[in-house]
Amino acid sequence: MLQNFLLNILLTFVWVALTGQLDYANFLFGYTMGFFILWMVNRSIRANTEYFYRVPKIFAFIFLFFYDLLKANFEVMKDVVTPNYNMKPGIVKYEMDAKTDFEITMLANMIALTPGTVVIDLSKDKKFMYIHVMYLTNKEEFKSTLSNRIERKLLEILR
Amino acid sequence: MNNILIMILSTLGAIFILIASFGVFKMPDFYSRLSVTIKAATLGIGCILVAAVLYFSDFSVTTKAIAIMFFLLITSPVAGFLISKVAYMTGTKLWKDSLMDELKDDLEKESNSQQKTEKEN
Repeated sequence: MLQNFLLNILLTFVWVALTGQLDYANFLFGYTMGFFILWMVNRSIRANTEYFYRVPKIFAFIFLFFYDLLKANFEVMKDVVTPNYNMKPGIVKYEMDAKTDFEITMLANMIALTPGTVVIDLSKDKKFMYIHVMYLTNKEEFKSTLSNRIERKLLEILR
Repeated sequence: MNNILIMILSTLGAIFILIASFGVFKMPDFYSRLSVTIKAATLGIGCILVAAVLYFSDFSVTTKAIAIMFFLLITSPVAGFLISKVAYMTGTKLWKDSLMDELKDDLEKESNSQQKTEKEN
């Protein structure tokens, strides 16, 4: 995993040094090329290919995250601009699958930046999270979308 | 083309921040105000930074903008979490139409069980 990543960075720098153009497009191009070369090499010798599944997942997650951030903002914008309130706030107890401190921190960050939600507290045994939700139409539905849409994908990347 | 993109992005960023400040004024209770401002500020500053990167199209400006966005995404949720936790612990009330408060129920249960054990002791 880490070895593949470092090799990929090394290949990127080799590409940048050989072409001699110090800009972002060239870095990105070198990185993707190194990624595919390493993928082919590792596939042929049947080595550990975990890294090559993780990187696309990370990019997919970043896109999903920015989509959610935009959606959250438009939802809140609609509520701010129109005169009456159409929100149903409440504090929900959510059971986490995240175990370590780092995983919990990342999950809390993601929750704070996605649709109308703020983390208020953690339980003492670090099993539950109390989330303030602004648009709480259905509690179970909210919990299942949160765990399927964000938490599962985040943990796939981190573990 | 590039100019139009810069105009759209900087206008969008300004509008997001404007709406967040309206939200602070309009929202009924502390927690919804908080959740309005965290997200809108992050996205608004992000849009303005991207516009700045496109306008200058310079290596050093780009690296600075990326660093700013990274630290903003890392720090603003943590700050929001701490503010909301302190607000809850010091007894800021939820909006009157709130549907449920599962944290309050759990805290009451906890304090009840603590009192019981103190009595037994």
